[in-house]
Amino acid sequence: MATTIGLSNAEKSEASAFGLSKITLYQLLSILGLFALWEIGGLVPISVAFPTFSETTVALFEMIADGRMIAAYADTLKPLLIGIGISAGFGVTLGVAMGLNRRFQWFWEPIFIVLQAAPVAALIPLITFIYGIGLAAKVVAVIILALPIIVLNSYKAVRNASASLIQMCQSFQGTRLQQIWKVIIPNASPVIFAGLRLGVAAGFIGVILAELLITPTGIGDLITYHRSVAEYAEMYAAVFSVIVFSAITVGSLERAETRFFRPDKKVGR
Amino acid sequence: MILFGRQIPAFFSLLIWGGIWEIVGQLDLVFIFPPLSSVLVALVEVAQRRDFHEAAAVSLKAFSIGMGFAITGGIFIGFLMGRVETADKVLGMWVNIFASAPLSSLVPVLMLLFGLGQLTIIVTVILFSIWIIALDTYAGVRHISPSLEEMGKSFGASRWQLLYKVLFWAALPEILAGVRMGLIRAVKGIVIGQLLVAVVALGRMFQTYSRSFLMEEFWALTLILFVFALGFSSLIGLLEHRVEYYAGTRI
Amino acid sequence: MPTSLQSMPRADDGAPVSKTENIVEVRDITKFYGTDVHALEKINLGIPVGQMTTFLGPSGCGKTTLLKIIAGLLEPTSGEILIKGAPVSGPGPERAFVFQDFALLPWATVLRNVAFGLELRHEAKNEREKVARHYIAEVGISGFEQKYPHELSGGMRQRVGLARALAVNAEVLLMDEPFSAVDEQTRRKFQEDLLHLLAVEKKTVIFVTHSIEEAVYLSDQIVLLSPRPGRIHSIIRPEISRDAGPDEIRRDKNYLDHVEEIWQDLRKYLE
Repeated sequence: MATTIGLSNAEKSEASAFGLSKITLYQLLSILGLFALWEIGGLVPISVAFPTFSETTVALFEMIADGRMIAAYADTLKPLLIGIGISAGFGVTLGVAMGLNRRFQWFWEPIFIVLQAAPVAALIPLITFIYGIGLAAKVVAVIILALPIIVLNSYKAVRNASASLIQMCQSFQGTRLQQIWKVIIPNASPVIFAGLRLGVAAGFIGVILAELLITPTGIGDLITYHRSVAEYAEMYAAVFSVIVFSAITVGSLERAETRFFRPDKKVGR
Repeated sequence: MILFGRQIPAFFSLLIWGGIWEIVGQLDLVFIFPPLSSVLVALVEVAQRRDFHEAAAVSLKAFSIGMGFAITGGIFIGFLMGRVETADKVLGMWVNIFASAPLSSLVPVLMLLFGLGQLTIIVTVILFSIWIIALDTYAGVRHISPSLEEMGKSFGASRWQLLYKVLFWAALPEILAGVRMGLIRAVKGIVIGQLLVAVVALGRMFQTYSRSFLMEEFWALTLILFVFALGFSSLIGLLEHRVEYYAGTRI
Repeated sequence: MPTSLQSMPRADDGAPVSKTENIVEVRDITKFYGTDVHALEKINLGIPVGQMTTFLGPSGCGKTTLLKIIAGLLEPTSGEILIKGAPVSGPGPERAFVFQDFALLPWATVLRNVAFGLELRHEAKNEREKVARHYIAEVGISGFEQKYPHELSGGMRQRVGLARALAVNAEVLLMDEPFSAVDEQTRRKFQEDLLHLLAVEKKTVIFVTHSIEEAVYLSDQIVLLSPRPGRIHSIIRPEISRDAGPDEIRRDKNYLDHVEEIWQDLRKYLE
């Protein structure tokens, strides 16, 4: 057992000597390969509604240059940030309370399990009837998608806080408040933060959906508008930018998580 | 929770929520919330309508086909990532991107490429569910104790035997968890897909009901979907429970 | 010959360490988990001050349960724990616990971990870090103050756990199989260091282990527990001279005889 571990570690360090760049190379190649396929697919073309990669890139840079893309992102990100802010504040508090208090848990857990498992996106068209098609409607769309996942993750994080650490705190006569602030919450914070990251991803889906379905603004509107006037390169550019943007956002949140909350998982110390 | 010395099951709290809904509905505070009782009446009525049966059949078909592809594909990708280092790094990047990307933004593109019909819905279902199945399968494969694999090899198992007699079963708890999550996402995908396409099946019914302010029917339809999603996921949950005893540690 | 007593809380039976008072008294402790798991049955026991007492027994004999009841981390079903003659409920400043799984805060440095007990008592940061540094040096891990637990080996982590327990200056140290998660070499070194340290610190130690050798090597008093429900099988005082070096002790006839005798006592529970 000990020898196999030693061996695989040796293998790994050998790979990182000159192999790490090889992995990055493969990743870059896979990205380039996909773009190449996209280009070829557009040149064939597999559909009139399938622009080449180069057309899409040109459209993307044009849209960034003339400020349309930036304005659209401002429109989309504002409700996303507000919605995530509200969901985070309310959701983490509620989730932590549920983890600490049995009655809270009894009352709130089932409803949030239902809300997380159920396709609540179906309710987005109804939002218009109360909140119209403005900012508020988008904020609500973000909240109904992001809140359940944030609540449930915070709850689970607190519920699964290390029993032995709690007992340790007790044995040194820590008060309940000290136990919560010095042990349970720091212990739970990685999972709470992971919940927030999932919440951001879910909220992103919510805001885009709201823009596609009910309020033609922001990045969703760029997609719908360019589709309706058959400017497919612009439409694809918008969709492409959303995927890239979310990959970068979620990726950096993930990195922040490892950096700040899980020193034990940090590599290359 | 314990009340008057008796254990009250957790789902009872849902009854309280139902009660709150009924009261809000009866008070007529917000017109989008009709009383739960009238929604339930509408539910019985909707469930008997022919257009609902057709819509449900169409959706269920798209759902099953999509899930079939997603489960096979997801398990395959997950195993590949778990067993081949290069696949882990290269595919892992893409799987992670798509697992958390707002895929709803891709649906308009799918509509252009695959038309306003079943095919788009099927592709949506696959796109929504395949990544999480791959990720969980991967986690399961990575959890397999190396000694279990060495045991298989030392007793002379062939590569195939190792795969389907040892590795698959060892990773099964995580695979099932992934399939359950995939199902939930697929139901969300089918709803999002049909809402955006809006000319087929349930999507059209949703649109009709919300356009004509038929809130009871709208909620009835939503409830049916909720129950379907929860029922399906607890069905997989039962299967999961049977193999839980050797599941790896999960968060 | 070893001195065996049947469930007798007396320490004064002619041994040289007689006339010592008991800092901890265990009275009629019975513990049920739920309604049907009977963990402990009417345990009566005295822990002499300044000595090392070991709870030894096969798994399921309730030794950790008994230790956690003494620590105040578990409620007994009936019976009471007296510290210096006064009944206690819950943990108190006169007892400090060393955990089997170390129970170190993964997000805190060694320094903060060691000072954690004092931090909970609202001691000033300078003050508590001074104390912590002292005990970090005493358990032999100076230079690691700013490291995180995951950067240490298992043996070093347990030294952090021990330093933390020493830092609160409790009279009684409760150690729950502290060496079970470290390898045999580290374990032996740790046992020797522990004996040295206790000679300096003059603590009363209650130590849970399932290793017969460890118990005989370390203890002034060994409490042998029998399983299901946990009862005191016998109390043994090995009377091994601590003046000799560790290697001599491990070759000492008296030491080997005790190990053999306890093994003969315990083996019947395995069949």
